Amino acid sequence: MLAGILRRVGRRLLASIPALFGVVVVTFVLMRVLPGDPAVFFSSGPSAGKEEIEELRRSMGLDRPIPVQLVRYLGEVATGNLGRSMTTGQPVVVDMTRRLPASLELTCTALFIALLFSIPLGVAAALRPGTAIDHIVRMLCTLGVCVPTFVSGLLLIYAFYYLLGWAPDPTGRIDIFASAPPDITGFFLIDFALKGDWEGWWAAFSQLLLPACTMALFVLAPLARMTRASMLAVLGSDFIRTAHAMGLSRLRIIVAYALRNALLPVLTITGIVFSTMLGANVLVEKVFSWPGVASYALDALLASDYAPVQAFVLLMAMIFVMVNVTIDVLYGIADPRVSVA
Amino acid sequence: MTAQLLQVENLQVAFSTRHGTVTALHGIDIALAAGETLGVVGESGSGKSVTSLAVMRLLDRAGKITGGRVLFEGRDITHAGHADLRRLRGSALSMIFQNPRAALNPIRTVEQQIVDVLAAHGRLSRANARAQALDLLRAVLIRDPEARLGAYPHELSGGMCQRVMIAMAIACEPVLLIADEPTTGLDVTTQQTVMELLARIKAERGMAMILITHDLGLAARWCDRIAVMESGRVVEQGETVALFEAPAHPYTRRLVAASPTRRSTLADLAPPGLARDAAPVVTVPREHGPGTPPLLELVNVVKSFGGPTRAVDDVSFKIPQGGALGLVGESGSGKSTLSRLICRLIDPDDGDIVFDGESIARVPAREFHQSPRRRDIQIVFQDPNDSLNPRHTAFDSIAYPLRRLEGLRDGAALQTRVREAAARAGLPMDLLQRFPHQLSGGQKARVGIARAVAPRPRLLVLDEPTAALDVSVQAVILQLLDRLRREDGIGLLFVSHDLNVVRMLCDDLVVLQAGRVVEAGRSQQVFQRPQADYTRTLLEAVPYFDPQRTELLKTA
Repeated sequence: MLAGILRRVGRRLLASIPALFGVVVVTFVLMRVLPGDPAVFFSSGPSAGKEEIEELRRSMGLDRPIPVQLVRYLGEVATGNLGRSMTTGQPVVVDMTRRLPASLELTCTALFIALLFSIPLGVAAALRPGTAIDHIVRMLCTLGVCVPTFVSGLLLIYAFYYLLGWAPDPTGRIDIFASAPPDITGFFLIDFALKGDWEGWWAAFSQLLLPACTMALFVLAPLARMTRASMLAVLGSDFIRTAHAMGLSRLRIIVAYALRNALLPVLTITGIVFSTMLGANVLVEKVFSWPGVASYALDALLASDYAPVQAFVLLMAMIFVMVNVTIDVLYGIADPRVSVA
Repeated sequence: MTAQLLQVENLQVAFSTRHGTVTALHGIDIALAAGETLGVVGESGSGKSVTSLAVMRLLDRAGKITGGRVLFEGRDITHAGHADLRRLRGSALSMIFQNPRAALNPIRTVEQQIVDVLAAHGRLSRANARAQALDLLRAVLIRDPEARLGAYPHELSGGMCQRVMIAMAIACEPVLLIADEPTTGLDVTTQQTVMELLARIKAERGMAMILITHDLGLAARWCDRIAVMESGRVVEQGETVALFEAPAHPYTRRLVAASPTRRSTLADLAPPGLARDAAPVVTVPREHGPGTPPLLELVNVVKSFGGPTRAVDDVSFKIPQGGALGLVGESGSGKSTLSRLICRLIDPDDGDIVFDGESIARVPAREFHQSPRRRDIQIVFQDPNDSLNPRHTAFDSIAYPLRRLEGLRDGAALQTRVREAAARAGLPMDLLQRFPHQLSGGQKARVGIARAVAPRPRLLVLDEPTAALDVSVQAVILQLLDRLRREDGIGLLFVSHDLNVVRMLCDDLVVLQAGRVVEAGRSQQVFQRPQADYTRTLLEAVPYFDPQRTELLKTA
C-alpha cells in the first residue's frame, strides 16, 4: 500500500516537470514583453543619464537577446539560484523563505476556519433542504462571495478593532513592540508553542484571526455549497436507505455513513480552494500589512523587478502540484474504490 | 385475524410532485401470518415497492401515508415516532433491496457494516464482534468468510453483496423480512442460490417473508400466497396454486399469459389486448443455395483487455442469412465483449470476423463507421433509458443513423424513412415528437429498435434488449423481433442471460463461459439434451413460471 502510494506520488511529480518548465518559460517571456524597463526604474533617479542606464542594463544582462537571457536564467533556476531582488537587494530565495511561512500560516488557518464552518453549514442545509436554515446558509455564502476581500477585511477591522476594540492593531504578524519568536519553522504559532511562550502565541493568534477570517469568508461559499450538494446526493442513495432499514441511529447515519461519503468531492474542492487562496490572498495581505509572498510579488511586479515575480509564479506552480498530489493521496486513502497503483 | 404478524389495512400513499399530488396506493389490504411467505407481484409502477417502503416507513420526503394503517405484531406503527421505528427496523422488521452493491456503504468493510447493525440494537458483545460477524457470513454461506470480512462492496460480486445484505438483515433475528426484488439483475444461477438461501434461512429461523418481484416464476416457486398489484391496488390475492391456476382478474390473466413457461412459444405470450401484434405470422421461406455464404462467421476470435485471462477466447460460430442465434452466458462470460466485437466497436486481437463473405476484422474499429458495412450491422442496447439521448425526440433518435450513415437531409425522404422504421418497430406515429422521459419503457425499447432498423441493416445485434422490461412488454418486443426476422429477413444475434427467451426466439444457441464456447447447437436440442455441465446448471436455474411446482415435486 505504502509502496504503491510512493510510486504514484513519484510518477505524478515526474509528470509535473514539463508543466513547471512551461510555467518558467512563459513567465520569463511575459515579463520581458511587458512594458517597463527595470534599468530605468532602478537607476539613481529621473536625472540619470543614458550612459548610466546602459551600464545598469549591461550589468543586469538585459542587453543580450531574449533567448540567450532565457537559457542563462534556466541554467540558474536549475542550480537553485532564482536571482536577486532589485527592491530588497536580497537573493529572492532568502526573501521567499522568510515570507512564505507567513502566507502559508495565514492560508492554512483561513482554510481551517472555512472548513470548520462550511461543513456543518453545508450538512445543516442538506438535512433540511428548502427550509429557513437552507436559505440562511445560501445567503451567507452569497454574501461571502460577492463582498470583495478588501471590503470585508476593512469591515472586520472597523467592527472588531475600531468599534469593539477586541482585535489588536491590524498590521503585520505581531505587534511591533512584541518580539518575534525564534525562527524555527517560520510559522509563528508553531514557534511560540515550541518555545512554550503562550502569551506570545496568543498575541500572534489574535493578530492572525482577522485576516484569516476575511479569507475564510471568501471561500466559505464553494466549500459549503459543495458539502450541501454532495451530502444531498449521498442522503438520497441506496445505502442510506439500507442504514435506515437496519435501524441505525440518526447520528451514525449522518456522520459515519452520509458525511464520510459526502466529503470525498469536498476534498477535491478543498485542494483547488487552497491553491486559489494562496495566490489570491494578495488583497488580504495588503489590507492587513501581512508580510507574505503575494504582496511581495505584487510590489515586485509594480517595480518591474523580474526575479521575484518569476520566482513567485514558479513557487505557486510548485505548491499547486504538491497540493494536488497530496489531495490525490488523501483521496486514495479515504476511498477504497480508488486503486493505488 | 388477530393472530396476524403484519396487517395492512386500507393503506393509502401519496407523493407530492412538481405537478401536484400523485396517489401511489389507493387503499391496499394485505395480511401475513408468522412464518408465511407472501409474494407481491406486479409490473413497474404498480406500487409494490411503495407498499414495502410504506410498511417500513422508509418513504422519502415526498411520500406520505394519507390513510389506512399498518399493524405489526398487533401494534399500530403507522404513526410511530423515530425512536420506536429505529428499534423496530433491523431487529424485528428487516428489509433487503434490489441492486445489492448500491445498497451497501461503499467505503465501509463488510465487517464494519454487519457490526454497525448489531451495535445499533445492542446485540454486540465487544469482545467477539468479529466472531459474530463471521458467524453471520457463515450463515449466508459465503465462501471464504474470514477473507470477506475486510472486503469492500466493490470487491465483491453482486450475488456476494446480496448475501452480505442478507447477513445484515438477519443479524438481529427479525420475525419479518421484506425482500424487494432481491434477485433482479443477478445471474440466473446466482438468483437461484440467493433464493434457496433465503428460503433456508426463513425455514430455519421461522421468519415470515414478503417477496416483492415482477417475476411470476419466482413468486410461484417460493411463495405460499400471492397478492397481485396493478396501479396502486391489490387486484387479486390468494393461495399461490389456486390463484395462478384460475386467475380471476383480467390483469392477472394477462400477466400469467405473458410469463414464459417451459413449453411456451412466442405466440403463447400474446397479450389478448394486443391482437395486432399477435396475428399469426406467415413465414417467408428464404431458401439459400449451398453456395450462399453465411451472414456472419466468426473464426477463432480472441480479445483480451490486458488482464491475465482473455475476455473472448477462441470463439467461432456462424449465423446463416436471416438466421437467429442466441448468445448465452452469465456476467463476465464475454458475451457483451463479443457483441461489441461483432458490431466493430472494438478490435479483435486475433481471428477473423466475416460478414457476408467479406472479412471486416481488418478495418480498424475507429474507421468502421466509414465502411459500407456499418449500415448492415446495427445494435439495440440493453437499457432503453440510458441509450437514448434525453434531449432528442423519438424522431431525432431514429433519424440520427439515417443522417449519419445515409447522408439524408431534413425533408420528405427522411420523414418517410423514419416513419417506415417506426412502423416496423410498432411505434405509434403520434409518439415521434416525444422526448424519452415522456415515453414508457416499452415505447423506449421500440424507439431503440426503430433506430437500429432505420438504415435497413441485415444483422441486428441485441444486447439483452428485454432485461429491463416488464414481462408483458417483453412478450410484445420478442414477438416484434421475431416478425422483423421473418418478414424482412434480418439476421439476429440475441445476447441474453435468459435461456428461456433465447429458446423461443432463436434457432441456434451458443453458450459462453469465461470467454469460451462450452456448447453450441440447435436451440431445441441443447434444451432437451444439454451436453456441457455448465449448460445444465444454467437450464436448471431458469425460474420457469410453474405454479404447480412440477419440477420441485420431480426432484423431491
